[in-house]
Amino acid sequence: MNLDQIQRAVFEVVRQPLTEDERMRPLTLDGKSTTEIAEKVIKPNDRLTSVERLEIYNRVYWFRILSSLADDFPGLRAVIGQEKFDQVLLGYLTEMPSESFTLRDLGSRLEKWLRAHPELIAEHERMALDMVRLEWADIEAYDAAELPVLTQNELGSLGEDPVFHLQPHIQLLDLAYPVDELLLKVRETEEPETDISSNVVVMDSAESRPHKQQILPKTKKVYLAVHRQQYSVYFKRLKPEAFALLRALQQGQPLSQAIETSVNWSGKKLERVMEQLHDWFANWAELGWFCRPVEK
Amino acid sequence: MPANRFNGNKDYGVGIGLRIPHYGHIFEKKPVVDWFEIISENFMVEGGRQLQVLDQILERYRVVQHGVSMYFGSAEPLNREHLRRLKKLVKRTNTPWLTDHLCWGSVDGRYSHDLLPMPYTFEAAKRTAQKIREARDFLEVPIAVENVSSYAEYHVSEMTEWEFLNEVVEDADCGILLDVNNIYVSSRNHSFDPFEYLRSVPAERVAQIHIAGHSNYEKYILDTHDHPVLDPVWQLYAKAIELAGPTATLLEWDDRIPSFDEVHKEALKAQRYVPASSAVAS
Repeated sequence: MNLDQIQRAVFEVVRQPLTEDERMRPLTLDGKSTTEIAEKVIKPNDRLTSVERLEIYNRVYWFRILSSLADDFPGLRAVIGQEKFDQVLLGYLTEMPSESFTLRDLGSRLEKWLRAHPELIAEHERMALDMVRLEWADIEAYDAAELPVLTQNELGSLGEDPVFHLQPHIQLLDLAYPVDELLLKVRETEEPETDISSNVVVMDSAESRPHKQQILPKTKKVYLAVHRQQYSVYFKRLKPEAFALLRALQQGQPLSQAIETSVNWSGKKLERVMEQLHDWFANWAELGWFCRPVEK
Repeated sequence: MPANRFNGNKDYGVGIGLRIPHYGHIFEKKPVVDWFEIISENFMVEGGRQLQVLDQILERYRVVQHGVSMYFGSAEPLNREHLRRLKKLVKRTNTPWLTDHLCWGSVDGRYSHDLLPMPYTFEAAKRTAQKIREARDFLEVPIAVENVSSYAEYHVSEMTEWEFLNEVVEDADCGILLDVNNIYVSSRNHSFDPFEYLRSVPAERVAQIHIAGHSNYEKYILDTHDHPVLDPVWQLYAKAIELAGPTATLLEWDDRIPSFDEVHKEALKAQRYVPASSAVAS
């Protein structure tokens, strides 16, 4: 076997989900015998069989990625409960192995995957999706770029119908449930075990930690900006017309078109939007949300 | 070799890993530390608190970058996006040398996030060395590769681990981050003499040394970085210093992390093994 063949064979076994008692499964995802692969590739020693040696890596792989993803989505656990959460983590990581060199990106495709597997979140589908979007937005906002803020002078000299550039860390979410409040409650009671990558061997399964059960909220539309201030991420609720305006600006629409979009989308009168415009922009400018465009 | 071309000709002393639970202590007390090792991947981001912390650290301390996911030993090509972001960080930290592991961990762009052991074959050594050279040429900084702890060996291996290490570093003309805890862990798991390993390492290529704690299980030992350094590892460290000379040394403590003072005190025990005349002033 050459290097490529060995690595493919080993990785196929390593990323095989564990059995319920956290052991190596007898078959790979495409039906090959894990024992046969292990014995063909891995030497036994006087204490461990080939299977037992490869099983160490199989277990470490799953403990590490399950633990990392669980730390990133405690809100989802609160919405769907521990049992469903475990099924989601296992199903997602089995079908969507990491495609990034950093564990930070592990949950980047979770929302998309859940939309394709609604049966796992059936009882609280919309709330669960809202929560996953919020938790991923939080990760993005935490370490996205911050560009130089537009000064008052620069803001005042943009012309009659300017295009405003928003800071890359600003994430805009329209939610059907107030999951922002729920997530803050969850965080009051839970802190992740770790938020760093290292090469330490993880030998705890994520499911073993106790979690407080939360009272789930009733439906209520929430328009949210997830943004960063002084290196901390904040959730700022917005009026629907302000949210629509910001989203249009984020999409690159000039101010006049963004105002029109806001009026059409929110159903508010133009006069109502216009009379709030000055206060909104003053507030957003104070928060440093407007930035200079990236130089190409 | 205190300073050599594999560590940017720097004469660093005893450092510790920069870890989140210690940020408060470091910024408040401003302790004297020879240098900090950072996990590169934790800082390969576009903005936010991690980079702000790093910039504050860089104002006061020397920093060396240590990576966990370059995977020089994977058969697939290097990840260009990874390299691009790593280079951006290298420019920020001005790290005099950069380290990652002599292992593999990805297939077809899918990542294990683990340090999987290499089959010790000439084909693997050649491919790994080629990728180290490519990375060094792109990053424009000396690279040292770390021997990993392992729990499995391959039927196809054509040489010992230390012979493989030598083959790779000679071909790549790169440095070695000698992890004496990993040598100990692997020696117990694979029943070899760790001192024979040490004696076989080309001392002139040792850019840095890692020390750490490990955990004993019934049938094997795991590299857990959650304990003080154990005596057998200190004995190996003493031998490594005897062979390579006083070398930049880093204590890894990544799980169940105690106070900053406790970690630093444990790291500074390394100074006991450095001849007084050549100890590096903090």
